[in-house]
This record gives sequence, structure tokens and C-alpha cells, in this order.
Amino acid sequence: MTTENIKNITRRDALKIGAITAGATAIAPRILQAASDKKSQKNNPPAKAIIEIWLGGGPSQQETFDPKPKAGKEYTGPLDKPIETNVKGMKICQLLPRLAKQADKYSLIRSMTHGINGHETAAYMMQTGRAPGGRLVYPSIGSLVSLFKGYDAGYDDLIPPFISLTRAKGRFAEAGFLGPQYKSFATGGNPSRHPFYVDGIISPGVSDARQQARRKMLENLNRLGKLSEMKDQLAQVDEQQAKAYELILGKERKLFDLRTEDRALRMKYGMNPFGQSCLMARRLVQRGVKYISVNLAGWDTHKRHFEFIRQRTNVFDMGIATLLEDLAKNNLLDSTVVWCSGEFGRTPKVMWNSPWNGGRGHYGKCFSALVAGGGFKAGKVLGRSDESASNVVERPVYPQELLGSILECVGIDPEAAMPAAKEKNQKIMPAKIGEFSGQGRLSEIMNFVRKA
Amino acid sequence: MIKKISLITAVLLATLTLISTAGKVPLGRADQKTHLQTASKFAELNKIIDSETAEKKVTLAPKCSDEIFCRRIYLDLAGTLPTPEQATSFFENSSPDKRAKLINQILESKEFAWYWSLKWGDHLRIKSEFPIKLWPNAVAAYSTWVTHAIEKNMPYDKFARALLTTSGSNFRKPAVNFYRAIQLRTPHGIAGAVSLTFLGCDLKNLTHAQQKNLTQFFTRVKYKSTSEWKEEIVFNDPAPVKKMVLTLPDGSQVTPGTFEDRREVFANWLTKKQNRFFARSAVNRIWFWIFGKGLIHPADNCSLANPPVYPKILRYLETEFIRSGYDRKHLIRLIVNSKIYNQSAVPVEPVRKAKYFFASYPVRRLDAEIIIDAINQITGSHEKYMSIVPEPFTFIPTDRRTIQLADGSITSEFLNMFGRPNRDTGKLSERNNKPSISQQLFMLNSTTLANKIKKSKKLSAIIRGRKYKVDEKIDQLYLLILSREPTSQEKNYLRAYLKKARKGRGKFDAAVDIVWALMNTKEFLYRH
Repeated sequence: MTTENIKNITRRDALKIGAITAGATAIAPRILQAASDKKSQKNNPPAKAIIEIWLGGGPSQQETFDPKPKAGKEYTGPLDKPIETNVKGMKICQLLPRLAKQADKYSLIRSMTHGINGHETAAYMMQTGRAPGGRLVYPSIGSLVSLFKGYDAGYDDLIPPFISLTRAKGRFAEAGFLGPQYKSFATGGNPSRHPFYVDGIISPGVSDARQQARRKMLENLNRLGKLSEMKDQLAQVDEQQAKAYELILGKERKLFDLRTEDRALRMKYGMNPFGQSCLMARRLVQRGVKYISVNLAGWDTHKRHFEFIRQRTNVFDMGIATLLEDLAKNNLLDSTVVWCSGEFGRTPKVMWNSPWNGGRGHYGKCFSALVAGGGFKAGKVLGRSDESASNVVERPVYPQELLGSILECVGIDPEAAMPAAKEKNQKIMPAKIGEFSGQGRLSEIMNFVRKA
Repeated sequence: MIKKISLITAVLLATLTLISTAGKVPLGRADQKTHLQTASKFAELNKIIDSETAEKKVTLAPKCSDEIFCRRIYLDLAGTLPTPEQATSFFENSSPDKRAKLINQILESKEFAWYWSLKWGDHLRIKSEFPIKLWPNAVAAYSTWVTHAIEKNMPYDKFARALLTTSGSNFRKPAVNFYRAIQLRTPHGIAGAVSLTFLGCDLKNLTHAQQKNLTQFFTRVKYKSTSEWKEEIVFNDPAPVKKMVLTLPDGSQVTPGTFEDRREVFANWLTKKQNRFFARSAVNRIWFWIFGKGLIHPADNCSLANPPVYPKILRYLETEFIRSGYDRKHLIRLIVNSKIYNQSAVPVEPVRKAKYFFASYPVRRLDAEIIIDAINQITGSHEKYMSIVPEPFTFIPTDRRTIQLADGSITSEFLNMFGRPNRDTGKLSERNNKPSISQQLFMLNSTTLANKIKKSKKLSAIIRGRKYKVDEKIDQLYLLILSREPTSQEKNYLRAYLKKARKGRGKFDAAVDIVWALMNTKEFLYRH
């Protein structure tokens, strides 16, 4: 895909939604700020796993982590009473009361920017740290972790190292040129129901008894496999079939049985697919899975934004707040990065007229993200947007800087050369995205920075 | 821009449609004359096989049954399961040379051309996107050309010469894509592709000097783009060059003229009848495609330093190949009519020795494309493939088989999972037919496969068919899935399984279980 194509898509999307946004490539002014001098020089990466909470569609920065009560009704709509968190001076949207009580566990970035207003291209930037437009499709951060921490690096669990709950994000946020073996394993199914149908592992309509009967029949009918001369040649298949059955029928599948969790805790997470996916994510971290992507779609609120946002934030608030609390309680937060963002934010000014009736359009110029655990400081706010959350006024953070910082927490040097012969002279995370670079690693909110 | 793109899509679709309508032609009839001529050649080859295996003290496995042969030959030559009708008509045929006849018939089928173009497509790296970047137009042009060459049985020397010496637009002169479908389009990169394809040798297995010498023949190959999106012209730099002495891979030397196209000079040497390198690598690759392993192993290293397992057999096939005017079908026909091919998969020799000496038919997992096609053939379902370039997306018609997929960039979860090659390097080793747990989970327990079986009208017609007795139903399922009749033991077991099931839904589920189990047998998933 060429730059030209990407621009077309962006423009087309912009037209489609009728967003009155600035040009797609307009990027907030860069503000220089002296980098923090006090970097710790510890060498052991603190994080063992990463949980990504992906708010697909693009959540509004104002109704999540960057409320602007003084901007006026034109901008805030009815939501102009941000709430205090348990960190003094840090306020978030009033729709996130549970998350407000966990602010001592996370930091916020209020100066995310890339300027792209098309879903796919913006998601691509936020997932790969690359500017769209090259002829190469780069791997997403999850695939990079799968490459460096997965089977090639000695990971030897049956449960894959990179899991999407419950669906994958799609083409522009996948393995890119690394190839399909680094794609995420998408569970499918719904974890808030029992059984949680995990594709290939727990199937609808096939009871254990039937599964057993089938297995027995397969053994009986396996004429070729039963020949003694074949046994040596086909031993590997039998071994793998036995392993597969451990997942299908054996104790391994218990991993996906959420009934073993305390009922009250499950309720606290929220008895909905997202809440239970968050709980599942914690279980997968305990299991040793390296990268878990929990996807909560539905943030693309062009129309009747304020109706939908209440619903979404309620589910989101329960899930993420309980996840942070639960990880901390289990002593997992220090070794697990949790990061949360969408592909972009939403237009700061509400579109009150028909057909939007109080909607917000796509906005890549200024939005927010949350980071917690695994090497990130808590209770901090990085960067600042202006009084209406329209422009970044302090410490712009570009996608590659956020992703590079996360990678560093799990011990992947973002400045090392991109492996695989397919790409030459490229770093794992580029210093620039297109022409734009900020101040690099988010050292102000990291406990751990390997390089000075 | 949009206009241009839809035009491109239209061209692509038109080309695809052309191939698909041709696919409806019934299997061709074998040419009686060719048959008589080759019959004596079969005996000749078998004699050599006898003497060379005796020399090496190797005992071949006994001849396989007709039932096994039928399924095997369809899978190996046509990449396709025999239909129940095809299998039955072969079993009922009592002619003593029915195997040879069936082989001739399959060699003339559309499926043969599709399946062998798939192999060539892998080898020639035919794909739209990274890292080859042919774009759908060139993919369509190139793959159609290759398919036609196979269908018309274009002599291999002509085929090679066309690929090596054509100049022009890669949308209009399909064969120039040989030079386009290379990752590293430098003289060295081209030499690598030439060496792999026509000498059967990974460039790194040649000496440094040999590499350098080969590269000299391709220093004048140039590329230029045109005003049409992604079109490129491949040509020989017309500027005069200083005369110099070039060394060919066999050590002989030539001095091309100032204006002479060095690609021609190389092609002249390559396709000379005395040039054994050329025939040898072609024979070895075809042997590899049939047996999964070359007489020279690994098959991407046909250098002289790497001796074949059976030098005399290889020598004979080389000679025959050259004598027949580089007739690829003749070569395939010789091999699959031979004693070695007609062996049982159960060796007399210990397994390791048998594997090394081809002393049994080698058991291998089916290719990804064949498995999904077989599943669809049995269940009457289809795959939805699409090309994401150019926009708007191009959807491949659903009556198209997976073995017909021309573009390596068009793929699916299933194909990735079952190790379809990326078509990045063109090496024979790129295809990965190793088993994995995710493959097992797909076959044993995925909703995709479960739904294909459960929702199949074709299977339902057998399972619920009122006019069939239980035994007939079992027979039909066996023929459809495993291309044979069940043994009495199997039949008894399954009859009891069905009897035990509750009436109505229970009976249907039990039959679904049988289909599922048969599809999960190694007999289904493996060549044997």
C-alpha cells in the first residue's frame, strides 16, 4: 500500500463521517522539554508479560482519561464533573468511578498524537509504531513479543504465547512480514458463558462423552496408523494428537474454566465478555502467557455519543479497575505491563446537529493512554493537552515511543535491529514515525530505563 | 486511480474466469500411440531399478493394491481425491494395464495442470505482495502462462528458454516475470534464481568463483517502470559492452559479442543436449515432487559434490528426458509406472533404510491445499479467498479449487496452519508438511470443520437417505472419504456404533462422528 492510498483512505473515512477535522497529516506542535536525568540503570527487565486493553473504534479522551470540565458544554456535553482519584490532583472522567480508586496503580499519558483519522491506518500506527505508507506491513507489538519471547525463545507451553480475547484485531494489527506463526491465537467464544468455547479446544455441541467416544472410534479405525511399520514414521503425529487431547479433554482446559474463580470476584470484573476476558487475562498471565490482547470494541460513537459512552465505560470501568486491583493483590502487577488505548481519540467538540445528534468524530491529533505495572510508575500524568483536549501542548508522545517503552519493560531493546532477513537497517521501533519524533522513551514515568 | 484499479480487477477476474471455465472439460483420453511406445520404456526402467537395488542390496516393498494405487495416483498427480465414481470405475476395470491407462488419463486432466502449476508457482515465487511484489496483473499473466505450458506439455528446454530470454512488459510478456519474481533484483540475485531453478542448486552451494561467473551472465538485465501502475519492463541493456571471456557452470568458456544478449548465450549452453546439469536438476525436482525427496538429497543442492542415491536410475531418466525432447509428462509417466512408485507404503527393509533407498512408498502428510480441497470435496463446501490488493478487494469465485490459487499472497488461516509455502525463496524446502498441535486442534475439534460436516447437504443426503441401508451408507462414506470399501471388521464396528445411537438426532450425530473420525485418520491425511 502506498502513502497515496493511505491518504485516500483517510480522506475517504473523513468524508464518510463528515468529521470537521484538520488535515490528516497535521501534527501537534512539538514542545521540547528536558528529559529526565534520573534514569535508573537496572539491567533486569521488570516485566514478564503484557496485557493490552484495546478500545477499538477510538474512545473519547474526554470521557476517559483527559476530562475538560472548563471547555464548555459545546465540548463536554452533560459530562462536566470529573472525579478525584486516589492520587491527589489527578482527575478522570466521572464515568470511571472504580478506576478512580485504582489511580495509585497506573499513569496516564494525555499527549498521545499521530494525526491520523482513519481506523485501519491509525490502528496500524498504534500497533506497529510505524507510519503507514511503506510497502511493508510491519508486525504489531504482540507479534514482536511473540517473536522474542515465544517459541523461538524457549517458550514451550501448549497455550500459545500471544493470545487475543476473544477476537483478533485484523490485518493491520497482526504479524505483518514476520509471518503467520507470530499471529495471535484468538480464542473466539464468550468467556462470560459456560462453557467458554475456545476454538479448537472447547467446542459447542460435543460433550465429553461424545468426544471420548469419537477418540475411541478414531483409534479403532486408524488402519494405517496401527501398522507397526508406520508407528515409527508417524510417532510425532501421535504425540501431538495426545497433547491436543490434553487441551480438549484433559486438565489443560481447566485454564479456561472460569467457574473455578470466586463468584464475587467474577461479578466485580463484570459478568460480560469484556469483564471475564480481563479475568481470563490474569489467569493467562499466571499461566505464563507473554502477550494478551483484550479487545473491547464499540467506541466509534459518531452518533448519540453520550448514550453509548455510559454503557461502554461502565463495562470498561469494572473490567480494567478490577484487573489492576486483582493483579496487584496477586503480586503480578510489578511483573505485568497493562496498557490501554484505542487507535485515536475523538473530536473534542460535540457534533450536536442531525444526523449525529451529539456525536464525536475520529481524532488522531490528541488522545490519551493508560499504562500500569511492569516498570511503569504509578499515579503520574505525562504530557498535557490544551483546555479542550484538541492539541497537545506538552510532551507529545508518538506511538513508537509508547510501544518502545513497553517493549523495553519486557527486555526487548527497541533500538536493536529488526530481525528476519526481510528488512534491512531497521530498528525494532523506529525513532521517527513519518517525519515525527518526540523525546523518545517515556522515562519520566518509567522505573526502568536500560539505556541512558 | 479508482478507475484504473477496477480495470485491473476486471482483467484479473477475466483471466481467472478463463481458467475456471476450462476446468469443466472432462478428463482427456490417453493417446494410444504414446502408450505403446512408452510401455517398453517402463520395462527398461524397471530392469535398471532391479539391477541397481540388487547392487545396493535393497529389497523393495511388494506392489501396492489397486485401492491404494488409485487414491495415491490421484493425489500425487492431480492433487485431488478420486471421486467415488472415479474410484469405482477403476476398481471395476479388469484390464491388465489399467494403472498405466489411469495415469495417462490423469496426466491429461485439468487437475494435473492446476496441481503442477501450483508446484511451479511455489518454485517460481508467484505472488502479488511482499517480498516478490508481482501485483495481481503479473501474477495472473505469469501463472496462466505456466498453467498453459503444463497443460500443453511445453518441452522443458523451451520453457526454460522462454523464462530466461524473454524481454518486455511483465503484464504483457508473462515469461519475463521470471526476472521480476526475485527478491534481490541484482545480477547476483538473478544468478541465485537461475541456479535454483535450472541447475537445481542453491547458489550458496556453488564455489565463490562459480557464483561470480554465473552472475556475469546477468549483469545486463535491466528493469524500468512504465506509466501503468506496477508494470515493469525487463530488458537486456542494449549498450555495447567490452568483449570478455565468460565461464559457464561446467567450466567451459564463451566470449559473447559486443551486442549479444548474454542471457541467450547462457540459455544456449543450458539447453544443449550434452548439458547434463539441466536434465539432471529437472529430473530430480520431478522425482522430489512425486516422492517428497529427491534422488539427490536435499533437492535444492544438485551440485556434483552431492551424489544421488541411485546414480544409474537418475542417469537413465536424464537420458530419457533428453531423448524425448524434454517431455515432462513422459518423465512423470515413466516414474509413476515404475516399480519404485508402485510399491506398498509398508517396507520390507527397516524403516530408516527404506526411507533412504526409496524401498517403500514414502508416507507423507498431504499438502495444505489438497487437504482443504478434499474436505470441501467431501462436504460439498468451499473456501472464500480474496485478494486484498488492489482495492476494492477481489473475491475468488467459490467454485475455484484451492490448488488453483495462483497468487501466493492470497491465503487463509488454514493454509498457514498447514504449512503452505510463503513463496519467498522458491526453495523446495519452503513447504512445511510437518504436523503441529494447532493442526490437530483444527482437525479434532474446530468449529470450522465441525460445521462443514454438520451442515453438509452432500453428506446429509447419504446419512439421511431413506433408500440406503445402514451398510450402504457406511460403504458410501468410506468411498467418499477414504476411496475404498470398509473392511468387514470396520463395518461391524460402525454398524454397532450407529445402532447404539438414539433415534433421530442421535443417529445423525453418530454418522457425523463417523465422518469426523474418517477425516482424522492418518489414512485420510497422509499419502500412502
